[in-house]
Amino acid sequence: MSAGVGVDLEKLWIRFGDFVAVRDANVKINGGDFFSFLGPSGCGKTTILRAVSGFLEPSDGRVLIGGNDMKGIGPNKRPTALIFQNLALFPLMKVWENITFSMEIKGASAKERRKRADELLDMIALPGQGDKLPSELSGGQRQRVAIARALCAEPDVLLLDEPLSALDLKLRQHMRTELREIQQRVGITFIYITHDQGEALTMSDNIAVMRAGVIDQIGDGKTVYNDPATAFAASFVGENNVFRGKVKQVSGDTALIATNRSGELLARISTANQGKMQPGDDAMLFIRPEAFALAPAGASGDHFVTATVTNEEFEGNVFNIFMEGDGGKELKVSLPNLGQSFESHKGQPMTLQYDVQNAVALPAGELATE
Amino acid sequence: MKSFSFMRVSIWVYLAIFFAYLLGPLVIMSITAFNSPEFPRATPWECLTFEWFAALFQDERILNGIKNSILVGAGTVVLSVAMGLAGALMLTQIWPKLRATYYTIIIAPILIPGVVIGISTLVFWDRINRMVGLGADSFLSNGLFLTVIGQSTFIASYCMLVLVARLQRYDTALTEAALDLGATHAQAFRKVLLPFMKPAIASAAVLAFLASFENYNTTTFTFGEYPTLTIELAQKVRYGITPAISALAFIIVVLTVFAALFNEANIRRKDLVAAARKDATVEELESGKFRVPGFLSSNWAAVALVVMACATVVVVGTATVYSPAQCIANVQEQKRIETELRIQELRQRRAEEAARKAAEEAETAPKPQAAPSDNNSGFGGVFSPNTLTGEGEEESKAPEAEDNSNSGFGNVFAPSTLSGD
Ligand SMILES: Nc1ncnc2c1ncn2[C@@H]1O[C@H](COP(=O)(O)OP(=O)(O)O)[C@@H](O)[C@H]1O
Ligand SMILES: [Mg+2]
Repeated sequence: MSAGVGVDLEKLWIRFGDFVAVRDANVKINGGDFFSFLGPSGCGKTTILRAVSGFLEPSDGRVLIGGNDMKGIGPNKRPTALIFQNLALFPLMKVWENITFSMEIKGASAKERRKRADELLDMIALPGQGDKLPSELSGGQRQRVAIARALCAEPDVLLLDEPLSALDLKLRQHMRTELREIQQRVGITFIYITHDQGEALTMSDNIAVMRAGVIDQIGDGKTVYNDPATAFAASFVGENNVFRGKVKQVSGDTALIATNRSGELLARISTANQGKMQPGDDAMLFIRPEAFALAPAGASGDHFVTATVTNEEFEGNVFNIFMEGDGGKELKVSLPNLGQSFESHKGQPMTLQYDVQNAVALPAGELATE
Repeated sequence: MKSFSFMRVSIWVYLAIFFAYLLGPLVIMSITAFNSPEFPRATPWECLTFEWFAALFQDERILNGIKNSILVGAGTVVLSVAMGLAGALMLTQIWPKLRATYYTIIIAPILIPGVVIGISTLVFWDRINRMVGLGADSFLSNGLFLTVIGQSTFIASYCMLVLVARLQRYDTALTEAALDLGATHAQAFRKVLLPFMKPAIASAAVLAFLASFENYNTTTFTFGEYPTLTIELAQKVRYGITPAISALAFIIVVLTVFAALFNEANIRRKDLVAAARKDATVEELESGKFRVPGFLSSNWAAVALVVMACATVVVVGTATVYSPAQCIANVQEQKRIETELRIQELRQRRAEEAARKAAEEAETAPKPQAAPSDNNSGFGGVFSPNTLTGEGEEESKAPEAEDNSNSGFGNVFAPSTLSGD
């Protein structure tokens, strides 16, 4: 899938006055990839997208599309199409006029435009809706019209700015699959922006995790989830239990962490940080709620934490068990719902066993607050 | 319950007074346009006539004034809307800290008296004219040019206010979307921003035209060789006013009502179509079975418009065949008879008086003196108190002149006095 046009950000800085919105971003996006920028609101995702589409000139560094420096090239000359956060459909144009606006600009006849609009409407599963106004469509339909309008311009790179954030949950999940399908069908590069880690993980070939203008990690979904490069990435992507402490001992790719409240725990050092953690450093250890196995108190195991069940929740696909460890340490454990009969352990002390491979040791750092 | 109904009554009374205050003068004036006396009067009703409309359309100066007003109006609309749009766009683009200052400056012309704007326009362009070294008959001292420029200075500010209100609801992402899809800035402006602004531009244009049409204080300094309608009317009124001016006012009122109804009908129609589209299913829209609601259905404004148009056609039709000559003749005949009666009465009284006098004189000195000897003075009968009540000696000419005497102003406002102008 290297047919498409790639996008490179080289040492990209974007400042608004004294405020640095993007700090030294280096990203290589392969042609034909579905690439996501994932980060909390206000971290500079839209800013990066606007720099790629040409609405913002970088303060420093370069944006390359297909290997060509885009400096001084306006948004109407770049091979990109942007789907705006609020969609920005032209309210006074009918759906088909909206979709084929890029053709109208090039002087195509109404007949050609009509034909192309009908093809695209079929593709986005809205046949025969061309004569409506955007205001007469539902949110999901408008969403699809915006996609069709962008695709009609035949861009090499499609930029999507949180396009699903306004939709309700069910539609959002449906549109994820649909977007992914469309991307595979048209084969062009998609750059997708989201603050929803579920969206990023399900759709993307690669993900860049952003925090306050800085890109913390770039990798595919599994890497970002299983092998986070920073404490922020570990806490922002998916849920995690955090143990703070200091490195006591390092051997190869494992480290023994002396946690503040849960004793000494052994963990794997994340790939990005191997060789960088020294005994005595402040460290954080992350274990995902689903990586724990629940055992009765006193059960033996190589690696475990003890805690008391404080609350239990049934979420459909999982049982969530909230526990309190030593010194009031709060923990969450998720057990998949496999149809087993669930036995309440409320108020009972339990042993939480884990596999060292599933515990990640990282240098201490800022955590996601969401 | 009682106080509630009292409230309602007082609201209705208030509304009645309010509308009477608002529309009363217009109604009275419209009536005078159809009444035959030469001075605009609603009462006493004499004869239905359309002659004032004919008089209006034969008055070269009024027609010329209308033409000039329309020319000036068109120029002002173009210039003001363009400047207003530029000003409004600027306001949204400008550095936020400067915005308040900029706004104040651009609104200032509204607050400056029109007279000042008129004088300063005249002086300023005269200077420019001389600086460029052109003569007194150059383009820069042309009345049309100066009037358009002068009026636009403050009318552009009105336009800007109207346009800014709409522009504030514009999502700049729409322009960005157009650019992103390959449009140039000019195309984005023309295809996206301008259509969005269209309703506001239309309002601004109407506002600009009306403001230009009714302007007097600025124009009075700048019109030069091109007196507008307001200037002409003002000059006319100085010498006397005829119902032809009422006729003009009536036409303007009717046109306004037409425009208002047309606008209302259009808005209602759009709403109705939108509502119908919303209810229509995809299949209906697709198969072309979708029925747009009829023009007149549940649209009172459209109905009123049509009724009014029919009424206008009927009235104009009547006017072309109707001749008030008979009625006027009747009225004049009646007046003549009345006058004659009065004269008769007068004569009788005089005769009686004379007889009495003669009798008295005969008692003291029986010399036969002619009774009408007092009329031999150089002033005719003017100083005789009797002439104030009747026509006196002029009785034979009475039918032509009697109208004049019926107005309190004598001849002052009769158009015939203009002939000396
Ligand atoms: N035009 C601008 N002027 C000043 N600050 C801006 C501007 N655009 C964005 N910012 C700031 O840059 C940061 C990143 O914004 P943005 O890229 O929109 O975040 P997000 O990741 O939510 O899309 C925010 O703190 C925002 O306030
Ligand atoms: Mg954003």
